[in-house]
Amino acid sequence: MAETAARALGVVGDDRTARLPGAWRLGLLRGAMEIRMFFRLREQVVFTFAFPIVFLFLFASIFHDDMADTGSTASQYYVASMTAAGIMSTSFQSLGISIAIERDDKVLRRLRGTPMPPAAYFLGKIWLVLATGLMETAALLVFGAAVYDVDLPSGLGGWLTLGWIFVLGITGCALLGIAISSVPKSGKSATSVVVLPFLVLQFISGVYILIDTVPNWMLTVGALFPLKWMCQGLRGVFLPDAAAALEPAGSWEYGRIALVLGAWCIGGLVLCLLTFRWKSRNDG
Amino acid sequence: MTDDVVKVRGLRKRYGDVDAVNGVDLGIRRGEVFGILGPNGAGKSTTVEILQGHRRRDSGEVAVLGQDPGTADRAWQARVGIVWQDESAAAELTVAETVGHFARYYPRPRDPAEVIDLVGLTEKAGSRTKALSGGQRRRLDVALGVIGGPELLLLDEPTTGFDPAARRQFWSLIRRLADEGTTIILTTHYLDEAEALADRLAVIAAGRVVAEGEPGSLAGRAQARATVHWAEPDGTARSEATDTPTRTVAELARRFDGEIPELRVTRPTLEDIYLRLIGSEDA
Repeated sequence: MAETAARALGVVGDDRTARLPGAWRLGLLRGAMEIRMFFRLREQVVFTFAFPIVFLFLFASIFHDDMADTGSTASQYYVASMTAAGIMSTSFQSLGISIAIERDDKVLRRLRGTPMPPAAYFLGKIWLVLATGLMETAALLVFGAAVYDVDLPSGLGGWLTLGWIFVLGITGCALLGIAISSVPKSGKSATSVVVLPFLVLQFISGVYILIDTVPNWMLTVGALFPLKWMCQGLRGVFLPDAAAALEPAGSWEYGRIALVLGAWCIGGLVLCLLTFRWKSRNDG
Repeated sequence: MTDDVVKVRGLRKRYGDVDAVNGVDLGIRRGEVFGILGPNGAGKSTTVEILQGHRRRDSGEVAVLGQDPGTADRAWQARVGIVWQDESAAAELTVAETVGHFARYYPRPRDPAEVIDLVGLTEKAGSRTKALSGGQRRRLDVALGVIGGPELLLLDEPTTGFDPAARRQFWSLIRRLADEGTTIILTTHYLDEAEALADRLAVIAAGRVVAEGEPGSLAGRAQARATVHWAEPDGTARSEATDTPTRTVAELARRFDGEIPELRVTRPTLEDIYLRLIGSEDA
């Protein structure tokens, strides 16, 4: 496979330029290494996974009333929203911060000095995010189902819906995270630069506050970004159909969700390609 | 000249209104250890970064292994090894994991265990990078620089911050790599390092090459006049610069009829030549 790719790129030359390893295979290797490094930082693992669960516990325990005419409780609403926010935190927030730090520590510059194809680096990050995002989602859903009686999808259709929202959502958020990693001037400021917009998005996308109490103009801003649509889609998967009445449109709008998330995947990719920097700004 | 690994003509690079590199010419031959010597801010690092392909030049011709580093491809990257000034290896991976992983990036890597042995980290192969000392981390950086079996190795001030013993160890590592036939370019501001390692040297000051040659004969060092120092009977220190120090000493010996007080004959050290070249003789 690598050989075909290399041949297609015309890099198979004389014996001095023997076959270069392909991006796909190196992406897998990098992904495995990234996951290994992630799990070696115990503290990071515990807090990454605990954070959304603690938030879910706080919100779902404080607000637990039945939501009128929906057949569900506020707690269940929070399970869906916090799961969407958890997907965004493992992708957008963790990549935005970690790549900024890697750039500042010259890890990126070192990689650029090797024949590793840039795509392998991004593929590795995506494998890491898929693995951690999947574990995060599973942890939140198990917690939500056990403590707040959220119904997991009973049929294949529900799981498929969850699947495509997860994949499109995490990809779009990961690309946004890669893009925002170029904004902070140093690794030290990365956390503040990345966390503030994420926090704002969580408020205006109906994560912490019920969607029907968020002011309209805020919802309009939130609707420009993926999080609002991920929350909406996951509510569609985990809440009864009657709860769609809470939504601004009065329905789950799966078509529009797919459209917006898909657009973010493409737009985010373009944004990354245009703005990604291998060196920190003060490094020329 | 076809065997030149690096050819640079009229290289220029400005930062704002400072000429960091202002018309540098270099020719570096296959298999040699080439030292680039100069004070901080002279343009050494900028020059090396342009050779690495990590910085754009404003003008001039640059060919490294026959290609322009600014537009070079992955195949070229695989033939050039870089040892960075900053340690940037992943803290949570072990030495063996890091070297083994980087080996996968290259079409014809060296054996990771052999490279770890070459840099003297075999005993530390199972240790995570964060547990290594500064000198050990730098040796890991060298391992990552040579794992791809490069034809050309670029080192930017590799021993800055080393203690004397660690520097000696590092020098013998560089000599071993040179003996294997790798062309090596290193920048340094340590004169003893340049003298100990380099087959040839270029001294860069204020963005220009002010001298180029072998350390022993740089800027006419071998032909330079000697200075004879002695003391008169009343204790006054005297010295005389001369092309014929032996004759001067013989004359003095006759005059003093035996031992000459405080006799010394000196030739310029590399440091004298260097300070004269960078224009801070009186500093």
